[in-house]
Amino acid sequence: MTLSLLGKLGGGLVLAEAQGGFWMPPKASTFAEGVDGLFDFILILSIVFFVGLMALMVYFAVKYRRTHVEQKTSPLKHSFKLEFLWSAIPTVLLLVIFAWGQRDFILMNAVPDSALDVRVTGQKWSWSIGYPSLGKECQNKLVVPLGEPVKLTISSVDVLHSFWIPAFRLKRDALPNKYTGYWFEATQTGDFPLYCAEYCGTDHSVMTGRVQVLDAEAWKAWVASDDCAGLDPTAADYGEKLFVKYGCNACHSVEGVRLVGPPLNGIYGKPETMQDGSQVTVDDNYLREAILDPNASIVQGFAPAMPTFQGRLTDQELNGIIDYIKQLGGDAAPANP
Amino acid sequence: MAHAHAHDDHPKHLAHHFDMMDQQVASAKLGMWVFLGTEILMFSGLFLGYAFLRYMYPDMLLKAHELLDWRLGAFNTVVLITSSLTMALAVRAAQLGDKKQLKTQLLITIVCALIFMVVKYFEYTGKFAHGIFPGRYYMEASDQFLGGPQMFFGLYFTMTGLHGVHVLIGIGVIAWMYIRAGRDEFGPDNYTAVENTGLYWHLVDLVWIFLFPLLYLVK
Amino acid sequence: MSSTTIDGTAPDHGAPHEEVDYIRAKKGIKSWLFTVDHKRIGLMYLAAVSLFFLFAGVLAIIVRLELLTPMMDFLADGDAPEAAAKARDVYNQVFTLHGAAMVFLFIIPSIPATLGNFFLPLMVGAKDVAFPKLNLASFYIYVIGACFLLYAILTTGLDTGWTFYTPYSIETGTAVMASTMGAFILGFSSILTGLNFIVTIHKMRAPGMTWTRMPLFLWAIYSTSVIQILATPVLAITLLLLFFERAFGVGIFDPAMGGDPVLYQHFFWFYSHPAVYIMILPGFGVISEIICVHSKKHIFGYKAIALSSLAIAIISFLVWGHHMFVSGQSEFAGVLFSFLTFAVAVPTAIKVFSWIATLYGGAITFNTPMMYGLIFLFTFTIGGLTGLFLGALTVDVHLHDSYFVVAHFHYVMMGGTVIAFLGALHHWWPKMFGKMYNEKAGILGSLLVFVGFNLTFFPQFMLGSRGMPRRYASYDAEFEGLHALSTYGSWILALGLTWTAVYLIASFWTGKKAAANPWGAASLEWATQSPPIEHNFHETPHVDADPYNFKEIDRSQAAAGHH
Ligand code: HEA
Ligand code: HEA
Ligand code: HEC
Ligand code: CUA
Ligand SMILES: [Cu+2]
Repeated sequence: MTLSLLGKLGGGLVLAEAQGGFWMPPKASTFAEGVDGLFDFILILSIVFFVGLMALMVYFAVKYRRTHVEQKTSPLKHSFKLEFLWSAIPTVLLLVIFAWGQRDFILMNAVPDSALDVRVTGQKWSWSIGYPSLGKECQNKLVVPLGEPVKLTISSVDVLHSFWIPAFRLKRDALPNKYTGYWFEATQTGDFPLYCAEYCGTDHSVMTGRVQVLDAEAWKAWVASDDCAGLDPTAADYGEKLFVKYGCNACHSVEGVRLVGPPLNGIYGKPETMQDGSQVTVDDNYLREAILDPNASIVQGFAPAMPTFQGRLTDQELNGIIDYIKQLGGDAAPANP
Repeated sequence: MAHAHAHDDHPKHLAHHFDMMDQQVASAKLGMWVFLGTEILMFSGLFLGYAFLRYMYPDMLLKAHELLDWRLGAFNTVVLITSSLTMALAVRAAQLGDKKQLKTQLLITIVCALIFMVVKYFEYTGKFAHGIFPGRYYMEASDQFLGGPQMFFGLYFTMTGLHGVHVLIGIGVIAWMYIRAGRDEFGPDNYTAVENTGLYWHLVDLVWIFLFPLLYLVK
Repeated sequence: MSSTTIDGTAPDHGAPHEEVDYIRAKKGIKSWLFTVDHKRIGLMYLAAVSLFFLFAGVLAIIVRLELLTPMMDFLADGDAPEAAAKARDVYNQVFTLHGAAMVFLFIIPSIPATLGNFFLPLMVGAKDVAFPKLNLASFYIYVIGACFLLYAILTTGLDTGWTFYTPYSIETGTAVMASTMGAFILGFSSILTGLNFIVTIHKMRAPGMTWTRMPLFLWAIYSTSVIQILATPVLAITLLLLFFERAFGVGIFDPAMGGDPVLYQHFFWFYSHPAVYIMILPGFGVISEIICVHSKKHIFGYKAIALSSLAIAIISFLVWGHHMFVSGQSEFAGVLFSFLTFAVAVPTAIKVFSWIATLYGGAITFNTPMMYGLIFLFTFTIGGLTGLFLGALTVDVHLHDSYFVVAHFHYVMMGGTVIAFLGALHHWWPKMFGKMYNEKAGILGSLLVFVGFNLTFFPQFMLGSRGMPRRYASYDAEFEGLHALSTYGSWILALGLTWTAVYLIASFWTGKKAAANPWGAASLEWATQSPPIEHNFHETPHVDADPYNFKEIDRSQAAAGHH
């Protein structure tokens, strides 16, 4: 078992070496160079100081170990020169680190005008990524062109989240009351992970996704394709797509599995017990209320964890979703455990 | 150098772990000042919250504060300032060893504090009668909105409530001093407890002097 | 040297016979529960914080077991998706409780309330702290606060992270109100303890003990107390506001009402950054004592170490925003806080250099306290240096909320404070209980802890910088190897700590009787018998030399034929 583990670990190292460094993931944005440079600078500085200090410590500890009771000790109590040096040298080095970080930080915040506009919306527990200029909206997938500036405008509909793309070395919190954001220029095509980095509850650890960097040609093809395209309200799977688009599937299974929210298959027309003990029959109005004002009545055995979709769904979309829930077949799953 | 085991020449009010009366008195005073420092810091958190609200929603604050009756607030301010004065007189009386005066002044202070709380009670119930509750219980849901008056009143109740708790504690402590004064515990060589109570009471007063204009007299 | 009343044998002043010590002075459970003796209160704290350390440590082991593999397995029963969702909820509660219990119940009271309580009056040469009854009250306030947290655990738990960020903490269904009440009450305990110590140090120093003759441990406790009384009230009000937020929906922190979650973060970190120095400064103090006493060397740069503690105490109030570089605070604030963060690193650097310089030309004994002293220098330096990565703006944008941060703070808290605490326990064990622990067992324990600790937390630096977010119950397969290493390390660590607990407790029965001054130290706590008598000293001691003056002592010890 240990052997296989060491193998895995070694594999991990080699893999990391191939795609990125020993410490860092692959560099895929223009900022990565600067961040890694500063990281390496502090790392080298730290190693120098750490190794130096430890070497001294071990040397002293061994050289001056106590060998007999009356061992003489040095009368040294302080030395202004030394103390000045070891205050001044770190101060200067720290100022360098500060200045370096500060310079790049300002650059990170200076968005070029021509940047492609992308809206990132966090919700428990999925990311919705919209392209206003392309009429596209993706779930948990950010697709960007290589070598073009892209600007993300980040917000949240419920609690705090944080949009982290390690390969780009970028991260910013998603707030419910304010837009935040950052910009970048991808420098390497490929497929990279993205994570929610601010704790947001039950499924924080699966609020992840992928970033795809496409070269000019692939980007053009993607823009023209119907991947992440706007939905056609007349299509048969309109409701189903909406169900994914709005992240309902993060909390609701349609196969009778109890996730954070109750499974939604086979509930239509059946009675449900609410937290206060009342019985409700699931009909269109109930569904409408459950989606627009979820905390008005809570299904027994569940936490009031569902965000409201008031103001986020058009009537057409709401009807689409309700139609979809209505036609979800299957055995009536026990919503109440 | 004092001897730990020499209990014979021990002054009456000197606790066993102090060497001298001076030391004990100085410790008690320093302790009280440090404590007052922590109190100020605690309230300053609330004042920061207030500043935030005022900065974010100045108009709301202006409108919402009109629901408060500044006359009641002003009356209470006068009552508290009076009580601060009588408290100071009580300390003076304790220093002079004037037991009767001490008891009278403490009693007046307690009465003022009670008047303050009674007025607060009527203020609060008056608000409740109009549906003015803190936060999400404020009136009807339709009266609440982003940055609405429910926030002002949330803070109003928190600040005056916390202050009120301090007044209640003050009443308890002053009453305790009153009882101890009755037992002849205080005199020119032992009045630190009364003095510290006084310091506390002045702080409670001081906090109110900030609360009153900030909450009742918004301009 | 005249009457610094330090001696290798029993005190020779007044009472040549051994007087009954504070443990045997009174009998019965009541004599403990209602004691106002700072030494007994210190021991009651010691029992309480050890229990909570064990409890929070077991939670940590559970965290590590779940993280052994990328999937949800340890906490999940079965592979069904519903089991995984449930298990993630459980995981969130476990790490939250681990963090909250470690911070609020264990590490903040750890050194100050246990060893500070026990040794501060002894070291200043007083009979007790300035307000003994208040001291007992602080202990019970601590117990009440702990009960609130336990209540939270036993009912619906807590799943907000130890930081209670809004708005999540406003809407989650777990026992946030009980927990914030608990932390609020614990805060008061901490404030009152700090107040007591400040007054004691100001007013109760023995004749002749000037500020610059105070042992550095006292300077550290003093600086800690200053932070405690300045910062904790702000935490109290923050938690109170959060409490009202849940109870009434006041709205200041709730974006749905028009409030601002970033404002909450400012409030929280205004306390919690200084709080990290509440955690580490007492550790610094301990290390100064240990390194000097066990190398028989005068501390290098007494004034620099003493004043840097105060400097840290003050600057620490100006850096809280470094936890919020990506929170949406203004760009200018980010730059300013980064600058100040580096400013606070300088006084710490001065200390580290001074400790190493103290070793120069000493007579170093490799006993358990010294081992922990050296381990501290190793691990804390790593922890502190990695703080510099986090203070650098752009690097923190990448590292924030990753395992790099987790590794950083375990290196400073576990590798700093807890290691110092362990060293201090061994250093003062003979004085506290009058028994020697087994030295060989101690060395073995310290090595196990050292190896286990580094194996647990070093891989987490790599995890973090390679992109592993913190507070994740399940993770990408590429991180498995490093996570597994970390989990194995935690087993060695747990073994080392359990071993330590076992031989320390065993010393009550099997330990050799300790002399009054087994290490030949020069500060006042060693001037009385081991364990001390109820009133600490037979006679108020008089001080006429500084506490790191070891020469005379060695000679007097040699003269007494004692070693
Ligand atoms: C004991 C507690 C403790 C201590 C002492 C420190 C010390 C420091 N910490 Fe740490 N920190 C925490 C506990 C602590 N921290 C905790 C708990 C968190 C996370 C909270 C959470 O989010 O849950 C955190 C998080 C944290 C962050 C936020 C990270 C993030 O969330 O994005 C930052 C950023 O600046 C930071 C920086 C520092 C710095 C610069 C120091 C400095 O004081 C360190 C100074 C020490 C040295 C520098 C080493 C010794 C010096 C030398 C060897 C000299 C040579 C060096 C030079 C060249 C100068 N810390
Ligand atoms: C004092 C602070 C402290 C200490 C000592 C520890 C100790 C440990 N922590 Fe701690 N940890 C935190 C404070 C601390 N932690 C905080 C604040 C967080 C953040 C929480 C959050 O995100 O909200 C955190 C988060 C955290 C995480 C990240 C969780 C996540 O983000 O998903 C992990 C994961 O590995 C972890 C592991 C450990 C381990 C293995 C130990 C081990 O070192 C534990 C070893 C201890 C034992 C095994 C107990 C044995 C004890 C005895 C036998 C008793 C003996 C007693 C005496 C000798 C006195 N911790
Ligand atoms: C953050 C998790 C989450 C998301 C996202 C979410 N829900 Fe829910 N949902 C819940 C929870 C928890 C409940 C049960 C508690 C309650 O009644 O509010 C619930 C209840 C419901 C119910 C009532 C079910 C019943 O058995 O009576 C419906 C219908 C519903 N959700 C539909 C949706 C739709 C449609 C979406 C997407 C547009 C959605 N939900 C998104 C968590 C979520
Ligand atoms: Cu979203 Cu964490
Ligand atoms: Cu900090």
